[in-house]
Amino acid sequence: MLEVQNLSMRFGGLLAVDQVTLDVQEHEIVSIIGPNGAGKTTVFNCISGFYKPTGGKILFEGGEIQGKPDHKISRLGMVRTFQHVRLFGQMTVVENLLVAQHRHLNTNLLAGLIKTPDYREREQKSLDRAAYWLERVGLMELANREAGNLAYGQQRRLEIARCMVTEPKLLMLDEPAAGLNPAETKDLNQLIISLKEDYNVSVLLIEHDMSLVMDISDRITVINQGRPLAAGTPDEVRNNDDVIKAYLGEA
Amino acid sequence: MATPNFKHALFCAIVTIVIAYPILGLNLVAESTRVIVEGADTTTVISVFAAALVVFLFQLFRDRIMASLGGLPKLNPFADREHMPESKRARLESWVLTGIVVLALFWPFFVSRGSVDLATLVLIYIMLALGLNVVVGLAGLLDLGYVAFYAVGAYTFALLSQYAGVSFWMALPIGACLAALFGLVLGFPVLRLRGDYLAIVTLGFGEIIRILLNNWTALTGGPNGIGGIPDPTLFGMEFGRRVKEEGNTSFHDTFGIAYSSEHKVIFLYLIALILAVITALIIRRFMRMPVGRAWEALREDEIAARSLGLSRTAVKLSAFTIGAFFAGFAGTVFASKQGFISPESFVFLESAIILAIVVLGGMGSQLGVVLAAIAVTILPELAREFSDFRMLVFGAAMVLMMVWRPQGLMPMRRTHIQLRRQE
Repeated sequence: MLEVQNLSMRFGGLLAVDQVTLDVQEHEIVSIIGPNGAGKTTVFNCISGFYKPTGGKILFEGGEIQGKPDHKISRLGMVRTFQHVRLFGQMTVVENLLVAQHRHLNTNLLAGLIKTPDYREREQKSLDRAAYWLERVGLMELANREAGNLAYGQQRRLEIARCMVTEPKLLMLDEPAAGLNPAETKDLNQLIISLKEDYNVSVLLIEHDMSLVMDISDRITVINQGRPLAAGTPDEVRNNDDVIKAYLGEA
Repeated sequence: MATPNFKHALFCAIVTIVIAYPILGLNLVAESTRVIVEGADTTTVISVFAAALVVFLFQLFRDRIMASLGGLPKLNPFADREHMPESKRARLESWVLTGIVVLALFWPFFVSRGSVDLATLVLIYIMLALGLNVVVGLAGLLDLGYVAFYAVGAYTFALLSQYAGVSFWMALPIGACLAALFGLVLGFPVLRLRGDYLAIVTLGFGEIIRILLNNWTALTGGPNGIGGIPDPTLFGMEFGRRVKEEGNTSFHDTFGIAYSSEHKVIFLYLIALILAVITALIIRRFMRMPVGRAWEALREDEIAARSLGLSRTAVKLSAFTIGAFFAGFAGTVFASKQGFISPESFVFLESAIILAIVVLGGMGSQLGVVLAAIAVTILPELAREFSDFRMLVFGAAMVLMMVWRPQGLMPMRRTHIQLRRQE
């Protein structure tokens, strides 16, 4: 589904990402792990179109997407969350979810002004989808609160819901468990598995919480100093000497 | 405790003197060809120092004064009461608004000609502020050259009527669309800019339009402006004493009433009122449509908005274009009301005033913007004798607002969306 081939990203003299190759198949959870500053988020930014990679290829469902503008890539069905939550803070929770469905709505100004049947129907559908996902992540009661006033864990869940209402094929999560307590991390764990099982979404995940990563990943890619260090199933990675030395540490 | 208070108080007093003395205490007097500076009379000087003393004492005993003020009964006895349920509030609000509009429809028949004229100006400012509210309040794009679109609308009508004899009703959509086109053209180069940089570029754009109008003498008449702009007609009926254009009839003849110059003023007011209401209604709908939500999303977090598939180009350009469209609307009405326009009417100060209205009213809030437009336009008229200090008072009012109500008179309220529970 997603194929990254020899991806490189250079910022002036700094080679932040060097020849990274990875792929995500349908119905799969793939994790990227590595020490801080290894270039994981840079890989994300290249895939999602925030950076234009300086080398390599990125294919999504067979089509090359490297260098395309970010909003076009997102419209192909690949959305992401951010390391630091990026909600529309002054808008309400529902409005956050409605904005995300922009491309599913009838955005014709005239259609909206006179409320054509098509406009109403799509608007109602998007409301229903928003309601469904709010229920799913347990934020229904807070639907009309300003998103910026939610607790941190709730903001994290809202961000995932906001991605899901766009009906993506691939969900990219950048450290979704950062700042969550163990109980919340466990819920998140279950949510991600359910996204894969029940909604048939593939997940590309960056995470430092090893228990979460090892639990839910089908495959793991390890990056160190911009270079791919190892790749394989959780068990293979856990027992790889290089990975233990560079990142996991001796037990 | 006492020392910092004393220092602070002294500093405030000195600032008072430094600001007030040159403004009030020094006068420029023209003596034949020279200008000389003259000290003011003793009373002014004494009052400046008295003011400084008051500031000094207030700052010195500020804590005690504020504490004793806290003991006074609350200014707003309703502050603690429970909020109305959302549905009831919305219904009440729409009733009140309808009432105000109905009242505004009949009001001009009972007041003086001057008041109606002023009210027309207020309505023009309301249209402008509602339009700028889209750009600044909703989309978060600081536009300091908004008056340029206003000028485009006004000059479009003026030029079309002068060279092609186009009537008000034809010029209204043309002016608005042309202004929208200018908005689109300005929008493209500034897509990547945000905040301060955007403000400077739009400021420059506003000046370019004004200077162009000022210097393109062959077309626009330069500083002399364009006069003789026709009044709007009502289904071919003119409001002048004599019919100017062939084929038209005059209003007072048709209805068999005596000619009165007030008819025209009231008619213009009613046009402005209807256009302002239309503007408000359309923008109100836009705010609840996908496009309105996209504006706000882009203001809140551009990167997140793009990651969800919103096109920055489309969203920003739509905000610029729609904002400019309504400025063009207002410009056409303005040209028709004045009958004469010159670049003088479209200086930067106008942009600043419209922006002040939006900020005072509360970014994104329509009712707040309407109230602020009324206040900012009418107060200077009521306080004509203080006209020398208009800007001073204006500045002071802005500072006070920012201290006490930084969110504006009536901050924007989010619409409450009722969701159907999913089974």
